[in-house]
This record gives sequence, structure tokens and C-alpha cells, in this order.
Amino acid sequence: MTTLTASPAPELTADVPASSFWADTWNVMTRELKPLWREPASVLFAMVQPLVFLGLFAPLLPEVSEGSALQWFVPGIVAMTCLMGASFTGANLSDEMISGSHERMLVSPLSRSSLLVGRACKEIVPMLMQTALILVVVTPFSFDLHLGGVLVGVAMLALFSIGVGSLSFALALVSEGQEWLFWTVQQTLIFPVLLLAGILLPLEGAPGWLRFLSDLNPLTYVVEAQRELFAGIWHADVVAAGFAGGAVVAAFGIWVGVRGMRRA
Amino acid sequence: MTTQRPTGPVIVTRGLTRHFKVNKTHVEAVRGLDLTIDQGELVAFLGPNGAGKSTTLRMLTTLLAPTSGTASVAGHDVSDAPRAVRRAIGYVGQGNGASHQQRGRDELISQGRAHGLSRAAARERAAELVADLDLEAVADRKVASLSGGQRRRLDIAMGLVHLPRVLFLDEPSTGLDPQNRANLQALVQRLHGETGSTIVLTTHYLEEADALAERVVVIDHGRVIADDSASRLKTRLGDRVLLGFASATDAARAAERAARLPDATVSVTGEQVEVRAPGAHQAVAGLLADLHAARLTATGVEVSRPTLDDVFLDLTGRSLREANEQQSTTDAPTEGEAA
Repeated sequence: MTTLTASPAPELTADVPASSFWADTWNVMTRELKPLWREPASVLFAMVQPLVFLGLFAPLLPEVSEGSALQWFVPGIVAMTCLMGASFTGANLSDEMISGSHERMLVSPLSRSSLLVGRACKEIVPMLMQTALILVVVTPFSFDLHLGGVLVGVAMLALFSIGVGSLSFALALVSEGQEWLFWTVQQTLIFPVLLLAGILLPLEGAPGWLRFLSDLNPLTYVVEAQRELFAGIWHADVVAAGFAGGAVVAAFGIWVGVRGMRRA
Repeated sequence: MTTQRPTGPVIVTRGLTRHFKVNKTHVEAVRGLDLTIDQGELVAFLGPNGAGKSTTLRMLTTLLAPTSGTASVAGHDVSDAPRAVRRAIGYVGQGNGASHQQRGRDELISQGRAHGLSRAAARERAAELVADLDLEAVADRKVASLSGGQRRRLDIAMGLVHLPRVLFLDEPSTGLDPQNRANLQALVQRLHGETGSTIVLTTHYLEEADALAERVVVIDHGRVIADDSASRLKTRLGDRVLLGFASATDAARAAERAARLPDATVSVTGEQVEVRAPGAHQAVAGLLADLHAARLTATGVEVSRPTLDDVFLDLTGRSLREANEQQSTTDAPTEGEAA
């Protein structure tokens, strides 16, 4: 034990210089990505349910006139994976709040808002990996890959992931000391949001009140845009509505999440 | 050593107070704490569980807002300029600083990056600390798979990635075996000697406060009940000399003579005489000669320097062990829960 202060002492005992929000956010995000980098297979955990639906539910869908059922179903499953993964992510923060490593981050010079935004931005990476995986699985079947549309669709999902991830962290922050609350709320909300977005079944024939609720769901617009983009169809209004849906979730999520983190 | 060592106060608290509401009960965890700690001091907060030590530390590290009163650390107010405080301090909490999902070395590097080190410097520093804290075998494993003692060493390494002006350690030795506890003490003392950092640690181990700190702040029920060097705290109480005699009569006669020692408190129990007096460990030789001259021959002699436990008992009427046990049986929250 001789190297404790082997590095030059004057710099080490100096105060940490002020850093920018983006530098802090980058540090938080790269830290968050390390476990994924070490164990890339961990992205599969959040994919179990979507893959079950893809394997066991998609074959039940009736063939539609204007294309294969798979072509219609896959964009929804991609959005579902993204919703599942991002909404689980608060559980990691819960674990770190219990173990004490979140407290350590709170005492570091990193800004409160970067602690939230960096974590939320990290959600983009597993989302990209999961989308790529789903497309690799379905492309050999009756699914036509339109890469340009997929890339724009994925950019939209990135916004959505950031928003849902932020909300999940906000939920974890308010559930401090009562972790059951996190899972109860997450599980209670996730299926209504999925069903109302028309991910599993189309809502065309749904009763008026159900369609009204569906219209209020930002994910509805994201999923509609994904379906067109993944099929290589470009309608400016649909794409714009999809981005608006993603942006609304992102803005609301970050607002709620940063407020929560500042109070921590 | 070329480091400039600024002197003067680095931690100042005035009337620092923190109350909690726990299950509709009002808990006054810290009550009007006035403390001044100078740059370069090595201070231990000693007290039983729930005394308010950790709550105080959490206020000084900006984790908890004071209910009233003020605290400044490294010249910045903890409420008005928390980020400036965070840039000047390091903190090892009671929990695990490294996430259980991460690898230890990755967390050390992330911690370095968060504290302004370049990627290369952070990597180098992590390697130094891994070697220093004997973590080579486990640094590249997931933290969840480490033993309690290994995790604690990693926590301490995390706290030392940057060497701050003020380092706070909240019960650093909890969960360490005696070997690692001794290593930790050596590490803290070496760090203090080499960097001139101010180090504040909490402990409920008397031996630790005694072995480590130059200054011991004894806290009980949210108040400072003593604040001095360990040796002065003990000197004030005096040494204890236990003398045995062949008969109770001899013991009574010896007690009369022993009472002539300056500031002595003497009590007799059967054939035993207990003398408490400052510096008695030196005076005992003369006392024995005096007793011998009076034909009083002691059959047994036992001299003990006071421990901090004796000091705590003297200050509060309770032994520290009792106080810890009392605390764990009452419904009062532990500091961690209350926070």
C-alpha cells in the first residue's frame, strides 16, 4: 500500500472544477451503459413478453388485404418492447437507492438534472439493440424491411424511450422506501397503455369511448407512424403526429423526472 | 510536500438542527449543533446508534436540508451553494457506493470521471486504488458477487478516487474484520498525513475513535456532550487503580492513605480498594511504597487507563453498549430510516 497519493497531490486535493450539463449527462449515460456493454444479453430480459406475443399471438392474426399481418404487427411489437424496457428501468434506480450508490451520485458534483437526463438517454441504446434484433428475426418471414422508414421510426422511438424512462425514474424516486409501489403502478399502467395504442389489436371497430381514450394516448400516434414508416409509406401528417406524440412524452417525462431528482 | 495547506475553519455549524416526523412522532435527531472544524483536522463523531451522527453528516454533505441553523463546508453554505460544497468534499456513506449491477473497476472509473478526471487519469487512479485496497481479485467482477468486506473496501476506494479537501466517512469500518479494520485505520491516517485533508468520520467503536482521531466529538441525543482530544477526555476522568488486601481492615486503612492523592476518588468493597485519580498510573508506585511503610501490603494491583467507554459512561450515566442496545429496542428510527 504505497500508491495512495502517487498521483500529484496538489491537483488531487483541489476542488473539482465546474462541468457543463452535457459533460455531466455524458458521464451519467456512459456509466449507465457499462453493465449493458459487459452483458449485452441483458437486453433480452425486457424482450421476453414482446417476443412471446410475436411468436404466439402474431400467427393468430387474420391476413389483411393490404399486406401481411406481420407487417402490421411488428412495428407495434417494437413499440411495445421500447415501452416495456423503458418502463422497467426505474427498478435499477430503486436498487441503487436501496444499496446506497444513488446517494453516492447525489454527493458527487454531477448536476441533479444530468443524473436524470443521462439515465433517460441511455434507454436509447437497448431500444436500438432490441429493434435490430426483432427485425433480424422477422425479416426472413413475410415482413418487408424499409430501412429509411425504420431509421426515422427509431428516431421517434428514441424520444418516446427517453420520456417513458424518465417517468419510470420519477416513479422510482417517489416509491423510495416502498418499492412495491413502483411495480404496482408500472404493471397497472402498462397494459391499458398498450391496448389503447392499438398495439395488439386494431381499434377501428372499437366503441366510441375506447377510441376517445385511444386518441388521448400519445403512444397511439407513435404506433400509427411506426406502421407507416416500417412499411415505407410517408405521410407527413402521420409522421409529424408520431414525433409530436414522442416529444410530448419526452418533455413531460423529463419535466417530472428532473423535478423529482432535484428534490432528492 | 508542495501542497499548500490552507488553515482556518473548514466546517462551521451554528445551531444546526434537524427534526423528522416518523409515524406522527416528532424526532429531534440533531439539536442546535455548534461545531468548528479546522482544515487538516481528523475528527471522530462518537455516539450510540441514533445519536444524530449520521444525520449531521448527511446535512454537511448536502443530502439532507437542515430544519434550522446553518452549516458551511469549505466556505460554502450547504443550503445556498450545495454544488460548490459537493465539489470540495468526498463521502463514503453507510451503504454501498458501487452499484451492485456494475463491476467495481468500472464504478471507480465512473467516479473519477464524475470528479473531473480525464479518462486516462481515472483509469490509472482506479488501478492504484484497486492495488491499494487489495481488490485485484474482485475488481473486474460484478459488485453483487462480492463479500460484505470486499464491498466495504470498494466503497472506501470510491471515496478516495479524488482526494478532497474534506472527506466524510460514515461508519467506515462497519462490516470489516479486525484485520481490514486495522488496514482501514492505517489508510485513513496515512491519507490524512499525506494530503492534509480534513477527515470527519462517525463511529460507535470507541477503540476506533481512540486509535484514529485527534479530536473526538461525543454526540448523544442530537447534542455534543464532549469535544476534546481522546487523551484529554480520558485524563480528565483519571486512571483506575484496583488494590487487593488480606483483610477488610487493611483495605479500609489503605483507602484513607490513598485518598491523599490529588483529586482522588476512593471506594472500598470488602478487601478491595478502587482509586480513581488523574495520573494514577504513575502515582501508584509511590502509593504502594507509602502503604508498605505503613505495613499495608497489597496482595494484588491492577492499573487501568480509562477507555472512551468510561468517558461515555461518566458523561451520560450509560455505557455505550447499553446506549446502543437501548436504541435498538426502542421504536425511534435509526438515522438511515429517518432520512
